[in-house]
Amino acid sequence: MTPPLNPYFRFDTMVVGAANRLAVTAARAVAETPGTVYNPLFVYARPGLGKTHLLMAIGHGAAAIDPSLDVHYLTLDHFIESFHAAIGSGQGEAYRKGFLDVGLLLVDDVQFLTGQRETQAELLRIIDGMQTAGRQIVLTSDRPPAEIEALDERLIRRFAGGLVIDIAAPDYETKVAILRRKAEERRAGLAPGVLEAVARLPIDNVRELVGALNRLVAHQAAGEQVGAEQVPGLLGVQASKREAEVASVPGQGKAADAEAPASAGDKEDLSSRSRAERPADEFGDFLSEISATLSQQIESWRGNVAAAILRWNGDGYRTGRLELLLEGELARDPEEALREFEADVRKLDALRAEVEAVAPSLAGSPLFRDPGDVAAAEALLEQAKEGADPPPAPSPLWRLDSLVESTGNRVAIQAAQAVIAQPAQKYNPLVLVGGSGVGKTHLLNGIGNALVANGLRTVACVSAEAFTGELIEAIDRDAVAQWRKRYRRVEAFLLDDVHLVAEKGRSQDELFLLFNQFLESGRQMVFTSAVALPQLAGVEPRLLTRLEGGLVAELPVPDREIRQRVIERILSEKVERPDPEVAAYLAGRPADSVRAVHGLVQRVLSAAEAQQAKLSAAFARSVLEASPPRPVRRAAPPRSSGLVAPGVGGARSREKMVWDWPDIGDRLIEEWR
Amino acid sequence: MSLVNFAAREITCKIVYYGPGRSGKTTNLQYIFGRVPESRRGRMVSLATHTDRTLFFDFLPLDLGSISGFATKFQLYTVPGQSYYASTRKLVLQGADGVVFVADSQARRLDDNLESLQDLQTNLLTQNIDIRQLPVVFQYNKQDLPGDLILSPPELDDALNFREVQSFSADALHGGGVFETLKGISELVLRRLAAAEPTA
Repeated sequence: MTPPLNPYFRFDTMVVGAANRLAVTAARAVAETPGTVYNPLFVYARPGLGKTHLLMAIGHGAAAIDPSLDVHYLTLDHFIESFHAAIGSGQGEAYRKGFLDVGLLLVDDVQFLTGQRETQAELLRIIDGMQTAGRQIVLTSDRPPAEIEALDERLIRRFAGGLVIDIAAPDYETKVAILRRKAEERRAGLAPGVLEAVARLPIDNVRELVGALNRLVAHQAAGEQVGAEQVPGLLGVQASKREAEVASVPGQGKAADAEAPASAGDKEDLSSRSRAERPADEFGDFLSEISATLSQQIESWRGNVAAAILRWNGDGYRTGRLELLLEGELARDPEEALREFEADVRKLDALRAEVEAVAPSLAGSPLFRDPGDVAAAEALLEQAKEGADPPPAPSPLWRLDSLVESTGNRVAIQAAQAVIAQPAQKYNPLVLVGGSGVGKTHLLNGIGNALVANGLRTVACVSAEAFTGELIEAIDRDAVAQWRKRYRRVEAFLLDDVHLVAEKGRSQDELFLLFNQFLESGRQMVFTSAVALPQLAGVEPRLLTRLEGGLVAELPVPDREIRQRVIERILSEKVERPDPEVAAYLAGRPADSVRAVHGLVQRVLSAAEAQQAKLSAAFARSVLEASPPRPVRRAAPPRSSGLVAPGVGGARSREKMVWDWPDIGDRLIEEWR
Repeated sequence: MSLVNFAAREITCKIVYYGPGRSGKTTNLQYIFGRVPESRRGRMVSLATHTDRTLFFDFLPLDLGSISGFATKFQLYTVPGQSYYASTRKLVLQGADGVVFVADSQARRLDDNLESLQDLQTNLLTQNIDIRQLPVVFQYNKQDLPGDLILSPPELDDALNFREVQSFSADALHGGGVFETLKGISELVLRRLAAAEPTA
């Protein structure tokens, strides 16, 4: 496992100054188009100048642009360790190949390659492999490649082949900018001029700079006066000491200066030191180091929370609760908060799984993605158990006012309006009967929408086929009770194509129960049927008589008046200033349904568009009355001997094919041959 | 471990100086006391006999002020080293966030050091604490004595520090290594704050 990227180390948290501008620009270019511009990118700088920050920023930047990119960050120590482990377990080759799948490899602290001949050779192979595969490599070191002792010449050449760039010590302005940002993060209200005074001190290591700031903050917190003039006094000893240290060990490794614990063998003989050698302000020195350690720990908490936010956000959960924790001053234990958050996510997952079993359509509710409000998700589950998953509503596409009224369908439309005005008062149920394509579904949905517009909150509008389908699914899930509840809660029940429940005993039983409930509780029902009720076979009489007990209104085949008005409406929508003669002509054409009328108009319009002809009655006539496409001579597929003539390049001429056999005996002989 | 109180925004570290009698635990605290500005230190409570031996324990509270928004306090304790104060040592050790084992570097005191170290381990175990799980550092005190009287730090490491934790040479009387030891144990204790982090 590779160490995770520190979520704080991003481009936007990096202070850019003259010293690092070039490196940051190159890093951004690499993050934007990994593997294309500078490959490998080699960044070197003294400890504490932001190499690791820049390296991780590249990782974050590239991952933000392409989330599918496989970004690997590792220190050279980690690389060596895992390489040795792989070799030890005989997986050396697999380890090397693993890197070929990595899109962006970030290797920190490669100065430790000194004397590691095997590791150098391995790194060389990996770099070559990754470069060939167009993968990006970024490396950092505390010194330029040529100064890394005993570094393989080939590696130096590889590094030089990309871009080798350094980060210099920050200048005064950059130091002030860094201090300002850090002071802001620490919410340290230091007196004016203090940060500038710190920046003027001979500290050019960012970590040291932040340490100095921490010390001043600690002094201020203790009630001491911290002004610009006190800065050299408060930090003077330390600053000069650090300066001396930096000067004496240029290029000291980060592992040594960041990790405080010294090894057992790394002891100083302090007892031999004279008192004069010890810092004058031992406690101040102690305080400064403790402040730095504590700040680091608190940053790491914040980092953990930030990483958790990224992770849970990525999984689609709302993380407002954790964000609040970051915005405040960690008013509670972040680890505990993260544990609780995770527990709530698990709870939500369990609730969602439970809801999925009861009401699958509710499983996608955003309530199951908000660990901040588990109670709402629990309430939704309870509702789902009670059947709150609303049944299908009327389609908003079908509006009553877009239905063309004529003498033929006037009865049905007026009945519909009565139902809308006084649901369950006048006609309950209303049964609309008519052939296919006469506008039953349109009228049914139109009634549903109008009822909703009139204030009914839940109107179920479902086809009999879907009704039966839902019932089967509910039986399958053993959730018929919940399914029933869904329908029993609605205020109006609209069922399309009731004739399709014929021969479906269980659907009819359920419909019968529902029917009685609606009738008793005074709720409106509307049905449509493509078959006249008396001719409806396979439906139990008890249901049939109930359907007939309301108003059965017929929707007849559209008469000429309806056809003309439908055509006029379509034409006015599609053509500018349509010729009235076209509508008159089309209305005269035979059509047994509104759907057929739509088809006629569409055919003429398409032809006009294809031929770029002006739409006129004559043109429509030429389209509709021209010799029809040659009818297929057989409705059923031709019987054949089993040999099928190829569609292309074969016997395509009908004249050459024998289609009609005057004597069936001849054909049998042919086939037998 | 109730090291951090998020509600009160307070961090309290209890550090116990442990070791055989006369190894210099109280001297460590006295040196620290002398270096801390008055505003930062509480009253050093020292319950000593007329011969200046710690009878009960020393207690030095240090207020480090607000660090990153947390009021940070250190409480430094010593235990009485003499073997007959076993129950006091147990009591003082309760709730310790870190232990400084102050060893007497004199060669003739090696057995006392070992005995005290075993005593520490036993007392921690009675509190269900595994010494390997608790931040511990060693301080080899009295390294200022003539070389023929004392064991060198590597020798003491071999004899006492078989877990290879941090160790510091010290001359507590003159302050050598005192703050280094305190820093060492404090860093270890504070790093455990984010113990959930696998790297910590």
